[in-house]
Amino acid sequence: MKCDIILAGVGGQGILSIAATIGLAAVEEGLFLKQSEVHGMSQRGGDVQSHLRISDSEIHSDLIPHGAADLIISVEPMEALRYLPWLSSEGWVITNSVPYVNITDYPDSAELMAALEDTGNTVVLDADSIARELGSPRSGNMVILGAASSFIPMPFEILERAVQQLFNRKGREIVYLNIQALREGRKAAATR
Amino acid sequence: MQKLLLLGDEAIAQAALDAGMSGLYAYPGTPSTEIMEYVQASPDAAAGDVRREWSSNEKTAMEAALGMSYAGKRAMVAMKHVGLNVAADAFINSAVTGVNGGLVVVAADDPSMHSSQNEQDSRFYGRFAMVPVLEPRNQQEAYDMIFDAFDLSERYRLPVLLRITTRLAHSRAAVQRREARAQNSSSLPANPRQFVLLPAIARKQYRALTGLYDRLRTDPVLSGYNRFANGTGRKLGIITCGIAYNYLMENIEQHNDGCPVLSLAAYPVNSDAVAELVDSCDRVLVLEEGYPLIEEQLRGVLDRDVKVAGRLDGTVPRDGELNPSIVAAALGIQKNAGKEVPAVVRQRPPSFCKGCGHADVFAALAAVMKDFGPGRVFSDIGCYTLGALPPYNIVNSCVDMGASVTMAVGAADAGLFPAVAFIGDSTFTHSGMTGLLDAVIKDSPITVIISDNLTTGMTGGQKSQATGRIESICLGLGVNPDHLRVIVPLRKNHEENMAVISHELNHHGLSVILAMRECIQTASRNKKGRRGREKQD
Ligand code: SF4
Repeated sequence: MKCDIILAGVGGQGILSIAATIGLAAVEEGLFLKQSEVHGMSQRGGDVQSHLRISDSEIHSDLIPHGAADLIISVEPMEALRYLPWLSSEGWVITNSVPYVNITDYPDSAELMAALEDTGNTVVLDADSIARELGSPRSGNMVILGAASSFIPMPFEILERAVQQLFNRKGREIVYLNIQALREGRKAAATR
Repeated sequence: MQKLLLLGDEAIAQAALDAGMSGLYAYPGTPSTEIMEYVQASPDAAAGDVRREWSSNEKTAMEAALGMSYAGKRAMVAMKHVGLNVAADAFINSAVTGVNGGLVVVAADDPSMHSSQNEQDSRFYGRFAMVPVLEPRNQQEAYDMIFDAFDLSERYRLPVLLRITTRLAHSRAAVQRREARAQNSSSLPANPRQFVLLPAIARKQYRALTGLYDRLRTDPVLSGYNRFANGTGRKLGIITCGIAYNYLMENIEQHNDGCPVLSLAAYPVNSDAVAELVDSCDRVLVLEEGYPLIEEQLRGVLDRDVKVAGRLDGTVPRDGELNPSIVAAALGIQKNAGKEVPAVVRQRPPSFCKGCGHADVFAALAAVMKDFGPGRVFSDIGCYTLGALPPYNIVNSCVDMGASVTMAVGAADAGLFPAVAFIGDSTFTHSGMTGLLDAVIKDSPITVIISDNLTTGMTGGQKSQATGRIESICLGLGVNPDHLRVIVPLRKNHEENMAVISHELNHHGLSVILAMRECIQTASRNKKGRRGREKQD
């Protein structure tokens, strides 16, 4: 088993907590893991990505080769498209539909959605609304992870446990909301 | 022992704690920052009373570590690659003095310049100083190497350089910990003159160093890290350095072409190992993350032997970091190229956080500079370098830490008036203060704007060395109090701030404008931290 994932977003959007959740789950499952992150300059509102690789055998490279990723998980629609060169021909794109507009030439949303449609295997959902309805507007990233969860070869309970572990020190309420977000994301992706 | 999921940086930090380090010295810089952050947050470090405060710059860090080593304890210094330029004087000479307690220098290089001004390769510094260099292939090896680095340092009485690059520094993997060992107790150097580099002593010690460096080539620990895997193929042999090995394995494991591979991770390299590979193959491909150091040595000055391939003949791009796809191309392996990036995707460069104080200073400065014309603002290293991008387009230089002040001095000497230096608080205490003294001495007609956000913003809000003291430092250096102005960069103060800037720009002598407002990110983190603490109480 191997699963190569590109996580994408804009600096400050919290893709690293998605990475940390999958990481904790992988450790729990006794899998090999490598996860490369972007720190520094681009965290100031620039495009950021993380290469996350899990496998039941040793992983060599910290970076995913071009055309090899099984998944692109993105918290922002334009950022999902930036990493298509890494996606394998059977790979899936799971992305938030809500744009993060901090540039003046941000593309037209119809054009953007058309480009996403063109890539074939895509799940696009409004994670922000789902998170807001749950009363936890900052849990959009967990909604996205939930939507991607059926593509990640790990039991869902393990991911839930990882969310619990990750948010534990923030209190029971936060843990609960984030697990709800994860579940709602999974449901939303399944009922599409 | 416990397995931990650690960044390369964190593996190095945990290893140093487990290997009995008594002090870590560092200045923040991507991709090395997390080494100190990890140690500062570590309960092990607190329990062992490990010294772990940020230093003013990499040179002071290097010297403090050397001092700790002098007193018999194990010390580590961590910095980004360009930080080693700042520390170079102390670093090079520390090879001549040698050490007492083990001394490990970690340099984190940034090929492809993700967050840097160049992509210099610190392995050259190791060779230059004539010290052992270790270059781990992965997080576990980084952890293990730190133990050997301290041991080698104490055995040879030499500092040891550990070189990593961004991908290892900022990539997480499981790391198996070892039994922790005790710190050294303090002891003076056996030879009281060891650290006295008067010419007569330095000459003797330098000669000894050159002899020692030759002997390092056959050191079993160093050679042990350089692994030769013979193969059945004779057409192509491959030499990898550090993490380049992983990119190779990513490709040849699936293709199994039977190439002999020499995987290097320690320097100086034993020439026998290289000869064995080179003599048995028709062609040798060198894969290095960084400059073509080994490749150049193989080619030599004459470069008559056509058998070597790598960065110098275009088989591998001359610059930038490696990745599995680049290595596949160098091996001639056809790979699924993936889809193209659709045209609808736009560039998203980094930008100021909403409400950043630097942005307000730039807005006021840009408005005033309209009267003087472009090309007059020298800046420095920090978030505020973003002032070079739209909408401000006002920054004309970003070279090295502190250069804003001194470049403005030089430009003013050449007749440029007004000349402005724009520098952050942490960069100012790192390397701007000495330049300001130059400006004070000759009353240079420049305006120095110190944009003080009360933190080291760009690297994630580390403690800035002189928060609350910048004004008194300027006065202490001799800045005229009449031309030392303090402003608060808020939009509501825009007009007022413009007036101050305009007034000082028109002054034909040195002015310093201190623009003070806390970094938004640090402020919100501090607020959260306070709330968290209140909750606990
Ligand atoms: S991190 Fe701080 S200093 Fe840097 S852009 Fe954001 S608010 Fe400004």
